[in-house]
Amino acid sequence: MSLTRRQFLKVAGMAGVGAAIGGCGGAGAPLIATGPELGEAYDGPPVTISYWNGFTGGDGPAMRQLVADFNASQDRIRVEQNTVRWLQYYQRVIAAIHAGKGPDVGALHVEQLGTLAARQAVNPIEDVVGELGVGPDDYPEQVWAGGEYDGHRYGIPLDVHSLASYSNLDLLEQAGLDAPPATADELQQQLTALVDAGVPTPFWMPNMWPAHLMFLSLLWQFGGEPYAEDGSRATFDSDAGVEALEWMRRQIDEGFSPANVAIDSQYTAFKNGEGAFTWDGIWQINDLQTTAPDLRWGVAPVPQIGDQPAVWANSHQLVIFRSRAPDDNRLMAAKAFVKFLAEQSSAWSAAGMIPARNSAREEPEFTEAPQAPVAEAIPAMRFLPTLPGVPDVQVQTLEIAVNETILGLAEPRAALEGAAAQATALMQANLRKFER
Amino acid sequence: MSNTGLSSTTAAADAGSTTRAGGSPRVRPTERDSARREETRDAYLFLAPYLLLFVVFVIIPIGYGIWISLHNYDYSLPDKPFIGLANYTGLIDGSSPFAAAFWQSMRATWLFTVLSVPLLLIIPLAVALVMNHRFRGRNVFRALYFAPYVLGVAVVAVLWRYLLDTNIGLLTHYLGLLGLPDTIPWLTQLPWGWASLVGVTVWWTLGFNAVIYLAALQEISPELYEAARVDGATAWQRFRSVTLPGLRPVLLFVTSVTIIASVNMFGQSYLMTLGGPGTATRTAIYQIADTGLTNFNSGAASAMSMIFSFFLMLVSVVVFFLFRDRDATGGAR
Repeated sequence: MSLTRRQFLKVAGMAGVGAAIGGCGGAGAPLIATGPELGEAYDGPPVTISYWNGFTGGDGPAMRQLVADFNASQDRIRVEQNTVRWLQYYQRVIAAIHAGKGPDVGALHVEQLGTLAARQAVNPIEDVVGELGVGPDDYPEQVWAGGEYDGHRYGIPLDVHSLASYSNLDLLEQAGLDAPPATADELQQQLTALVDAGVPTPFWMPNMWPAHLMFLSLLWQFGGEPYAEDGSRATFDSDAGVEALEWMRRQIDEGFSPANVAIDSQYTAFKNGEGAFTWDGIWQINDLQTTAPDLRWGVAPVPQIGDQPAVWANSHQLVIFRSRAPDDNRLMAAKAFVKFLAEQSSAWSAAGMIPARNSAREEPEFTEAPQAPVAEAIPAMRFLPTLPGVPDVQVQTLEIAVNETILGLAEPRAALEGAAAQATALMQANLRKFER
Repeated sequence: MSNTGLSSTTAAADAGSTTRAGGSPRVRPTERDSARREETRDAYLFLAPYLLLFVVFVIIPIGYGIWISLHNYDYSLPDKPFIGLANYTGLIDGSSPFAAAFWQSMRATWLFTVLSVPLLLIIPLAVALVMNHRFRGRNVFRALYFAPYVLGVAVVAVLWRYLLDTNIGLLTHYLGLLGLPDTIPWLTQLPWGWASLVGVTVWWTLGFNAVIYLAALQEISPELYEAARVDGATAWQRFRSVTLPGLRPVLLFVTSVTIIASVNMFGQSYLMTLGGPGTATRTAIYQIADTGLTNFNSGAASAMSMIFSFFLMLVSVVVFFLFRDRDATGGAR
């Protein structure tokens, strides 16, 4: 059936008006609301709630399973899951919430909580923590504290996940090595032994992801901090930062890594048996199991290169989003779902993550998982501060400086100082923006 | 439904009477005027749908963009204070924290355009000239040259990222087998990053320009070539005096479209080099998207867009005048 001209005009006209209204929309900000108290279980009318997360990798199937389990465990709430790549998650979830089409529940990174709170996207939930059946004693201290920003609680910890050191066990045996390195000297000796044993480039140094996570780990190990606590300036250009970056660059200068490693090549090389060590997130465990089934590998905490143990880590936290039109039933259902996920966190070990809840880390589901040895580093795990806008600032400054230095295009101190000055300018602009 | 049917019958009757009136020598001037008015009205009616879309999707967003650029605008914050031209002046005098990154991206865009446009004008022309000859398997070659253009930028970029990888890529592997340098950092260092981006873009999009050229070549009358041959013109002379003038009408189109496409380059550097090394291959669109969409600084990003559009318009005007001038003096058409 074809449209007549008149019909077409009508349709086009309506589309135009619709677009105009949509474009100018924006009345009504997302409101804070956590709904009436949730009793033992949700007993309201049947309701469907929407849950957004970014578990697109080896962690996806485990979360799908948890959602299916929840839907099967009761018959009043249906959770619909929407998985969005982390790269796009934050910009999309904020846009959706401000357009009145946001999800009810989300899982997201701890350092984004401050930004999302400032952008009116997440609900403060300190008053309903009791209803969710969790408390400070259930979690490692810094993980629980990470869910707070500016005197309010926004997140319930689901897991911690850190950088870890993966090793190729066949190559280590070939070089006569039997234990993963724990210090800079041990790493250096093992790398030399590997080179002598016919592995020319045992430790590929990335200049893009996860290079900045390696840098942050080392910066903390050398006693530095990336940002001032009040969000007023960047401090990653300290002597500690320079030392960290020099150490990374030295791995290339000493020949342990090829130069100009393209994005993800260090990981591909590790899977191909061209690299003996690679530092990457523990969430890669499932990927290694499925895409490199013949590789014999182990995973251990990142060695201590600097003066103190420290490693970059992050935590997925569960949040209840704000809405322009809060609905009591949906809010209660959201709380019931968050409560379920917090209770079931040992099953989340299947994602390659370390469950945040203390009791869950004693269950066999976790203690028998490959990532279990990394959990001993929990006291040394460090999070980025939850400051509004800092995640965005870091991408534009710190990551660029690390990239340029490792590529040999800049000297560590000069690159870090330039990037820190730029970061401070952006942070100052953010302070003005978020405080107004 | 019946309404529509009725009105279309009336329209047909109108059209009939108009023809009769126009054809009659005894028609009075007022009738001719009203016929002309009707024609004008019909023309506007036919243009209306597009005009409406143009207004809704181009004019209104431009106005909205200008309005945003005058504010410290972040749609997720309750307060969006009016700051006049501060977004523009900050970018122009360098006091905005986004200024350095923006101008760096403008330079990168300019460099990419200067490197890619000549290649995208000349190579497709050569391809089209060859394809215009009769030879066995010509259609297969035509399809082969056009094939990459069908692919999406994500496919092209990911494919080449693997092929061009310095340490694990196929290209360096085969270069090594041939005894050629196999440590060239195609994606991570300059100038190789630009060479890769330009090369991949040319490979990807030359089919489009080639098809346009080919269509134009087939429009050129064979008699002109025959006449030139009879006059003893060499192949080069035939190309200069018959082919090129014949292509002039489409050259304006091809040049403008190619420049606009190159200036708008985003996907290749976003996916192949990730803007690196550092931010050297970040293009203006990349930077604007990053500032406005990823980092929510819509005000600054809108100001960047306006400055960017200003330069693009400047270039378009220059191109337009270059070609128009030649037409006027040459008068070959």
